[in-house]
Amino acid sequence: MSFDRREFLKVTAAGVVIGAFPGIGWSASEIIPKKGPRVVVIGAGFGGATAAKYLRMWGQNIEVVLVERNPAFISCPMSNLVLGGSKTIKDLTTHYDALEKKYGVKLVQGEVTGVDPQKQIVTLGKGQLSYDRLIVAPGVDFMFEQIEGLNTQDVQEKIPHAWKAGPQTVNLRRQLEAMKDGGVFVVSIPKAPYRCPPGPYERACQVAFYFKHNKPKSKVLILDANPDIVSKKGLFTKAWAELYPGMVEYRPNAAVVKVDAAGKIARTEFEDIKADVLNVLPPMKAGKAAELAGVISVDNRWCAVDFLSYESRVHKNVHVIGDSVSAALPKSGHMASSQAKICAAAIVELLSGGQPDPNPVIANTCYSMVSDKEAMHVANVYKYNSEKQTMVAAEGGGVSDKASDIEGIYASDWARNIWADVLL
Amino acid sequence: MIPKRTLSMAWMLGLPLLAGMAQADVDTHARNISASCAACHGTNGNSVGGTPVLAGLDRAHFIKQMLDFKSGARPATVMHQHAKGYTDEEIEKMADFFAAQKRK
Repeated sequence: MSFDRREFLKVTAAGVVIGAFPGIGWSASEIIPKKGPRVVVIGAGFGGATAAKYLRMWGQNIEVVLVERNPAFISCPMSNLVLGGSKTIKDLTTHYDALEKKYGVKLVQGEVTGVDPQKQIVTLGKGQLSYDRLIVAPGVDFMFEQIEGLNTQDVQEKIPHAWKAGPQTVNLRRQLEAMKDGGVFVVSIPKAPYRCPPGPYERACQVAFYFKHNKPKSKVLILDANPDIVSKKGLFTKAWAELYPGMVEYRPNAAVVKVDAAGKIARTEFEDIKADVLNVLPPMKAGKAAELAGVISVDNRWCAVDFLSYESRVHKNVHVIGDSVSAALPKSGHMASSQAKICAAAIVELLSGGQPDPNPVIANTCYSMVSDKEAMHVANVYKYNSEKQTMVAAEGGGVSDKASDIEGIYASDWARNIWADVLL
Repeated sequence: MIPKRTLSMAWMLGLPLLAGMAQADVDTHARNISASCAACHGTNGNSVGGTPVLAGLDRAHFIKQMLDFKSGARPATVMHQHAKGYTDEEIEKMADFFAAQKRK
C-alpha cells in the first residue's frame, strides 16, 4: 500500500476521520462544516419550520440546518382574506430571525438542486450539506403540464393559481380589482387529493364577499373536478346561499382540461367557459425536493412514510412531512405542523439510539373564513393504528354547527398562535 | 493502537447518548401528545392571545375542563371535538405536562 501513515496524518490534519461518518467527505464546498449530529430540513413552511424549532427545543445537541428558497414565511392559510380585501400580504408575512436567534437553527437560503440519499448529502447552488437525518418538507408542486396551455410562466401569471401565498396572491387580487362589475370569476379545482381541501371553497366565499361590497353584479363560478364539495359541504353551501345569494354557482365533475390565456377561456369536457378572472388550481404532487430525494412512491405524486417517525419507505434517514406525505389526512398547514413534532420527537430518539414513541397522537383544526368576520371549522384528533400502520381519525371529530363571528375570532387566534408556534 | 475508526465511532455514539439522557426526566409521550395543542394554545401552552393559556394551568382544573368538554357539560364550538378524541388517561398526562410548563 503506497499511502503511508505520515501522508494520512497530513491529509487529515484537522483530525476529521474520513469515511467514519456518512456524508463527511472532502468536499470543500460544504456550506457549513459538519461537526456533530445534524438534521437538514428542506423547506421552511408550516412543516419544516416547526420541525427545525422543535428539534432544537427537544434535542439541544442536534445541529439543525434549515434550507429555504424564500426570504420570508408567507402564510397560505388566511391568504384568501387578501382576495376578500380584509388582509394584506404583509399581515401574513413572518421573517425567520427568531428561529435563528432564539433556537439556534442555521438558516441557509437557497434552492435544493440535488439529494444523494446514499452519501447523505444535499446539494444547492452554493454548495453541499451533509446530514445524519434529512427532513423533506417541500409542500406541493403543480402539474401544469396536465392542463393544455398552462405550462408557461407567462400563462401562469395571466391565469394564476395563487395556491402558494405571495406574489400570485397579490396578482390575483389586482386582477379582481381591475375587473368590471358584472364580470365572472372562475375558480377551477383539481381532483383530490390536493393542498388544503376547503381552500377553494373559502376562496369562492372571499371573492363573493369582495364582489358583494364592490361589484355586486359580478358572479363566482366554481368548476370542481370532484363529484362533490370535498370539505365542509353543508357549511359552504349554506354560506353561499345566505351571504351571497344568487352570486355563487357550483359545478361538480367539471375538470378543466385546457386554458386559453388571451381569452381567459377554460375548457372542460363539455364546454368552453369565458372568465373575466380565471384562477386555475392545477393537479398537485409532492414538492420538487421530494422528487430529487427519490422518495415519491405513490402514484408518481406522493411519499409513503412510516407514521411513527415519518421516515420514507424508500430511503433510510430521509423523513417526509406535510403535504408531500401520502395519507388519508387533510393536507393542511396545521397537519404539517403536527406531523413535524412527531417527526422531530422520533428523530431525537433515533439519534440517541432510542425508538420513536409507539403511540403518536396528533390533531388538526381547520378554519374557513366565509366572510371578513365569520368562520366555521372542522376538527379531528388522529391516532396511530398499529394494524393499519396509519393515522386514523379518533372519535368525536366534526364540523361547526354553523359559521359565526366568534368562530371568526377563534380563527384569528388560531392563526396568531400557530404562526408563533411555527416561527417565533 | 486503537484504530481511528473505532475511536470516532465511539465518539459518535457517546455524543448523542448525552442528548438522550437530557430528555430522561421529561415524560416524552405526554410532551408529544400535548404538542398539537400549540397550534391554538401556543408553544408549551403559552398562548399569544385569545385562546386560553395552558402553561402552568392547575392540573385538576385542566382535567375537569377536558372531561366537561368530553361529556358536553361545558358547551364549546370546537373543544368537544378534541376532548372526545383522547382517553381519560391521555387527558391526565396532558394535564401533568401543561401544569409543569412555565408561564411566559
